[in-house]
Amino acid sequence: MRLVLEKRAEHSAKMALLSPIIAIVLTLITGGIIFALRGLDPLAALYVYFVEPLATSWSIEQLIVKATPLALIGAGLAISYRASAWNIGAEGQFTAGAILGAVIPVFLPDLQSPLTLLLMLLLGIAGGMAYASIPAFLKNRFGTNEILTSLMLVYVVQLLLDWLVRGPWRDPQGYNFPKTVAFSGWQTLPSFQLLPPSVGPVYVNLGAVFAVLAVLALAVLMGRTLKGFELSVQGLAPRAGRFSGFARNRTVWFCFLLSGGLAGLAGICEVMSTVGQLQPGISPGYGFTAIIVAFLGRLNPLGALVAAFALAISYLGGESAQVALGISDKTARVFQGILLFYILACDTLILYRLRFQGPAASLVETRT
Amino acid sequence: MSEQLLSIILTIITASTPLLLASMGELVAERSGVINLGVEGMMAVGAVSGFGAALLTGSPYLGVVAALVAGAALSLLFAFLTLTMVSNQVATGLALTLLGLGLAGLAGESFVGQPGVQLQKIHVPGLSDIPFLGPILFGQDLLVYAALIIAAGTSHVLFRTKAGLVIRAVGDSHQSAHALGYSVAGVRYLCVMFGGACAGLAGGYLSLAYTPQWVENMTAGRGWIALALVVFASWLPWRIVAGAYLFGTITVMGFALQAHGIGIPSQLLSALPYVVTILVLVVMSGNKALTRANTPACLGQPFVPDR
Repeated sequence: MRLVLEKRAEHSAKMALLSPIIAIVLTLITGGIIFALRGLDPLAALYVYFVEPLATSWSIEQLIVKATPLALIGAGLAISYRASAWNIGAEGQFTAGAILGAVIPVFLPDLQSPLTLLLMLLLGIAGGMAYASIPAFLKNRFGTNEILTSLMLVYVVQLLLDWLVRGPWRDPQGYNFPKTVAFSGWQTLPSFQLLPPSVGPVYVNLGAVFAVLAVLALAVLMGRTLKGFELSVQGLAPRAGRFSGFARNRTVWFCFLLSGGLAGLAGICEVMSTVGQLQPGISPGYGFTAIIVAFLGRLNPLGALVAAFALAISYLGGESAQVALGISDKTARVFQGILLFYILACDTLILYRLRFQGPAASLVETRT
Repeated sequence: MSEQLLSIILTIITASTPLLLASMGELVAERSGVINLGVEGMMAVGAVSGFGAALLTGSPYLGVVAALVAGAALSLLFAFLTLTMVSNQVATGLALTLLGLGLAGLAGESFVGQPGVQLQKIHVPGLSDIPFLGPILFGQDLLVYAALIIAAGTSHVLFRTKAGLVIRAVGDSHQSAHALGYSVAGVRYLCVMFGGACAGLAGGYLSLAYTPQWVENMTAGRGWIALALVVFASWLPWRIVAGAYLFGTITVMGFALQAHGIGIPSQLLSALPYVVTILVLVVMSGNKALTRANTPACLGQPFVPDR
């Protein structure tokens, strides 16, 4: 008996909606099996992992903190991947944004005004864009594979960050720790209460607002504008795109600047809020996890926002499982990887039907 | 001075071997038309499996076998998704890297800080004792020779045998190969698994010979450099050997300069291989005549036979 694919007459709208859900359910089942194999009660472990992060107002706060960079980066990547511009280096653009934005607190710690805040955010975006423009330029000018160049640049900028915080940018009063001065005042993101205090104290910072605004703007771009149509066509049917006169070079530039700028914004927001200074390891792999966010969100900005929360849960669950169950928080990364596999497998079902073909059936087929 | 030169040359060989293994495997997969971006993940899993198996059994050779099997097993997952389920190869390869790095980090947690089992260098009485050339030619560990033999074998099979012709046919025109009655998916499954086994070996080499220990993220982007080497070599096996040794040299030169106390930040030297990779990719992709002749025409394209 063998597994064969049969093309559907048209793509299944039902499967398009169901596939991410099936993928999540399959991941949960796999997770349960993994927990059971390690001698844990699978249901209790899954509860700790995936439900507890939603249980308290503090954990909701943390969830939003983790979902913010994932949504910002993931929405940009979703659009890039939709247009087949493979920016894999968001982790590097995140770091580049954080570094460029940090120029202000490192060199001008006394520059304190609302404009400082704006300036830092703009520098963050500019840093991400500038760094993403390297693979975009090389792709357009020389045809260099953007996947490899954008990824190589991640390592380069992480080493640059390491050098900066251990060398020239190190806080002289920092007891030799590899970090810059702590950001303060207008050089950090203000936060505010999300819900009325009677419901529960849930503080969010400005970054979360940017994430929601960016997702909405991109959803309008993709759903309501010619540019969005142009991007989709180039991804779905590159030849048709060329015949329609859509310039491929412009699309590559657009996608890389957009996704790089958003990654840079995520980077500067992260160091202006949660991290509070520049140091090695400012990101637990947000730029890479955002790749999963983009796919889980079906390469759709609004979907990416939902998916960002799903993956934020896996980060938080990993932390709480480490405390409550004594299992490594690295389990989270395994879950994330498995999830992406299931998503990609389920996406096949949108275009194809699965059939098991017995030996008899294939005999009949060869006769016809 | 010659003592120093010798030790540098020996380090270069050790640094080049994992790149050679991983990129040779990827070359075969790509020749059959499949681009597997999961090399980094397969290497990481190979490294942790090899380390663990060697630690448990005390035998580095069983470690090598475990690394090979682990790499191949992970690539089978990739093959099932991309070939049977015709998922997007780029995305699936990335998924494989993320999963592999995660699995390796999780599995290796208890190995951190443990002294590993070293893959010993061979010693041929007489030959290995020849000054200078002896240790270089006759005093390496077995995987160094295995990597070169795999390279020679790959070159021979791809260009001098019928099997190689079939592989290249599948990679250049899967429709025609299918029409001629060859199993496109079958050939690709085998080639992808060969790539996985080689990547696993490469990872095992890192944790058994290069630095016999387990450190998270010890692959440090070598899987990606291996992918770039395939482009650099324009899909020709012997150029992969040259490229791998060139990159090994660049890596080691960084460390050698550092050891001489030249006032360059260590981070800059560590970044050198990545920067050189980008430069090399730019030069190669700028040279259309060189790359286009050998690029498998169906690289990255899914294939579903009409029925």
